[in-house]
Amino acid sequence: MAAAVRVEELLAAAAAGEREAPPGEPQPPPQPRGVSVEKELELEFDLGNLLALDPNPPPAAGLRGAGPRREAGLRALARDNVQLLVAQLWALPAERAGGAAGPLVARLPEPSCRLPREKPPPRPRPPTRWEQFARLKGIRRRKRSSLVWDEQWRRRWGYRRAGGDPARSWLVEVPAGADPEEDQFAKKRQEKRERVARNEFNRLRNLACAHRAATTIPAPPLHPTGHQSREELGLAARVARVSTASLGRFQPRLPKEPVELPPRGRGGKKRRFQPVLGDLAAERGRQLELLRTMNSKKPALDITRAVNKQLREEDAEAASAKGKKRGQRGKRGRRQQQRPGRGGKKSGARRQQRPAGGSAGGGKRKKA
Amino acid sequence: MDALERVVKPKTKRAKRFLEKREPKLTENTKNAMLIKGGNANLTVTEVLKDIYAVKKPFAVLYKKKNITRPFEDQTSLEFFSKKSDCSLFLFGSHNKKRPNNLIIGRMFDYHVLDMIELGIENFVSLKDVKNNKCPEGTKPMLIFAGDMFDLNEEYRRLKNLLIDFFRGPTVPSIRLAGLEHVLHFTALDGKIYMRSYRVLLKKSGCKIPRIELEDIGPSLDLVMRRTHLASDDLYKLSLKQPKALKPKKKKNISHDVFGTTYGRIHMQKQDLSKLQTRKMKGLRKRRAEKSAQDGGISPKKAKSA
Repeated sequence: MAAAVRVEELLAAAAAGEREAPPGEPQPPPQPRGVSVEKELELEFDLGNLLALDPNPPPAAGLRGAGPRREAGLRALARDNVQLLVAQLWALPAERAGGAAGPLVARLPEPSCRLPREKPPPRPRPPTRWEQFARLKGIRRRKRSSLVWDEQWRRRWGYRRAGGDPARSWLVEVPAGADPEEDQFAKKRQEKRERVARNEFNRLRNLACAHRAATTIPAPPLHPTGHQSREELGLAARVARVSTASLGRFQPRLPKEPVELPPRGRGGKKRRFQPVLGDLAAERGRQLELLRTMNSKKPALDITRAVNKQLREEDAEAASAKGKKRGQRGKRGRRQQQRPGRGGKKSGARRQQRPAGGSAGGGKRKKA
Repeated sequence: MDALERVVKPKTKRAKRFLEKREPKLTENTKNAMLIKGGNANLTVTEVLKDIYAVKKPFAVLYKKKNITRPFEDQTSLEFFSKKSDCSLFLFGSHNKKRPNNLIIGRMFDYHVLDMIELGIENFVSLKDVKNNKCPEGTKPMLIFAGDMFDLNEEYRRLKNLLIDFFRGPTVPSIRLAGLEHVLHFTALDGKIYMRSYRVLLKKSGCKIPRIELEDIGPSLDLVMRRTHLASDDLYKLSLKQPKALKPKKKKNISHDVFGTTYGRIHMQKQDLSKLQTRKMKGLRKRRAEKSAQDGGISPKKAKSA
């Protein structure tokens, strides 16, 4: 490269010398002009993308005023930049592709400009039930050959397979201990159908497992870490209490620990009653409270409060669904919702309709 | 393989190949661009879209019909198109009194809009208007960005990134030097962006590097930046994330010095040099009497080549 640079300088000097020849004499034949370009700031190159970035401010004087003058200025600027880029590209390691007579090909480096991806990178899928079992047992994949010897090399599966087409088997032996009246062909068909169904079931089960693994929120850890909240510790204590052979029924309690009823298994068909001879004062209080609510004019169900609660729940649901869907967007998602014209008409109309619909729904609820 | 992990598996090989082409991969496909006309697109905007389609062929899709949507308000329509045609870049052209000759250039991440920049076309010279020999379709263009605005202003920086993404074409490991014909030159000056497209003529010069002459071919656009809708920083960072598998694995115990020599490192266990097997010189061999007298000390044998 040093030699090439010196050659350049020589040529530039020669060209300069030629130009300084007095105008009266016959002009020398136009020589190819030099390839050197002068710039204030160096260009940044990303040869993997054939990219050049020129941080120099463009010559504003030459480019003002529309028309051919600006075009000529832009073209001159472009010419200089392209010259520098081409010089960099020619400096790359080059070889002749396809033998000595082939075209000259330069090996490009990796592109250095960071561009966003089209889609997120693929996530590794969790192992299937068989893969887990195989890993546990240490079973490794045995590669099977695609051809099998059967009086000649036949394929293992597919067209004209070794062992014949199983669907066209015309002879099936009745096994020793089987009923002679049984239809062996039907039995074979049935077995095949069962195998296919089991395979499909297992595939769907693996899919569901993978899907659940990808979408569940990880449960809080039950073993002691240093960073558990009060609720998480309470959960851990409850789980520990119930993890005995009698499911926590005879575990001693701390002095002030509240008695917790076991959670209902399937919606709880068992009704629970208060003890007959319990707290007389509490029973009296309850009966009087019941009479009071029956006598009062105010409805027991406060419609506005109920409707507001319903609206709040719906909003929370919608927000969480939106948040989940666009959870990655963060600030932009919030910014979108705050913008005035953004679907404003639709949501505004919906908001006006909801209380009317809500109150009608609340009225219906009361009757039911 | 994601194609086989759907509930309904593809029944034909062709369908399977179709799905595999569209699923997320480690090294991605070349980004496709979709060129869409808005509700009222005038002649200028239509011509611009056609010319950019000609530049970006075959990695572009030009929709013929007009689509009445407003990208800045509602992106669902664009996202639907992107999903159907598997295009992650788009160019939406429209025209109205408030925003004449409007061009919205944008890109998608995971079929959702990532960045959108609205540009106004001030001046346009079409491919047809310039009567020259053009570059063949599908040549990888050289991209040049001139002007300090592309570094200073955040929006211009994003625009530069977007334009590189839009026009760069397929990533190739090597390139034929004589085939470097097309160059796209963007200049940022006085709040305007001048996009010019030239054909490169390589002329003889005295040295190996050829002298460059440029010939103006179309299209050339003068653009003004209007609205922008840029992705938030965390979303942008997420989209830039490359999977670890793509990083080139570093080979341990190999080092290079300035001159290009490669050095390797071998780790050996401790050797007992007295037990080292070397060449035996008959003359230097100790006689039995002397050997027993020395009490099994270290014999001063010369180690030749280790």
